[in-house]
Amino acid sequence: MIVVNTETLPGYRINEVKGLVQGNTIRAKHVGRDMMAGLKNLVGGELKGYTELLIEARRQALERMLAQAEQLGANAVVNVRFTTSAVTQGAAELYAYGTAVVVEEE
Amino acid sequence: MAWQFWLQVIPFVVFMAFGVFIGGFVERRHFKRLAKKEAALADIFVTNLKVLPKGCVSHQCNLVMGDVTIASDYFKTFAATIRKLIGGELRTYETLMERARRESLVRMLEQARQFGANAVINVRFGSSSISSARGRNRAAMVEMCAYGTAISLSKANSDNDESL
Repeated sequence: MIVVNTETLPGYRINEVKGLVQGNTIRAKHVGRDMMAGLKNLVGGELKGYTELLIEARRQALERMLAQAEQLGANAVVNVRFTTSAVTQGAAELYAYGTAVVVEEE
Repeated sequence: MAWQFWLQVIPFVVFMAFGVFIGGFVERRHFKRLAKKEAALADIFVTNLKVLPKGCVSHQCNLVMGDVTIASDYFKTFAATIRKLIGGELRTYETLMERARRESLVRMLEQARQFGANAVINVRFGSSSISSARGRNRAAMVEMCAYGTAISLSKANSDNDESL
């Protein structure tokens, strides 16, 4: 499965558009990580726990999107975008969406 | 009550000192590291254009991402709180945002390097909010994500991609 955030796929020809595919996940921050974050707010610096949380959440949203694309019989997803929204205090939704297409190498 | 007064003042002074000295040290070190990493990754062509420059062919497309979360220190947060009373530019938070943007870009480029790509096109930045700056402890943190499409670019017939 090829995933890109461009509208066209360099080196490939889009034969068929299968439609919009999407994946989302909502994550709350971990209590232990939150305490560490509280300490970090005194001295500044990177919050590694939160970074990992975000990477993991983004990956999961992407995987869910890809599963949907696979179901449609696509072999690539183009024009992928990520957005987030704050659902409640301390939790965030990560949302990935794109267009599932069938491509052929030129 | 003198001791009650000191009980409030001493932690504040200690936290401020933490912010100014350790926070300042962390920030300077971060900028130095960023400069070094950026220099090492300078050969990757980065653009937010969607289509390839004319006369270029590419193969092997991959989605690459870089995430980072950075916390503000006590001094920065305090300075910004004071500044918010009178309005204007929050300089202490500007460097925070700059660090987050540059770091996420660097991480994205490192991922692109792993794929053996020499260009990243259609770069986008997004920020998310797992933590809120208006929470109980009013701590500011930035969550930044950069993503793009890593490609291997090769020139089909010389000329005009430098013109970009």
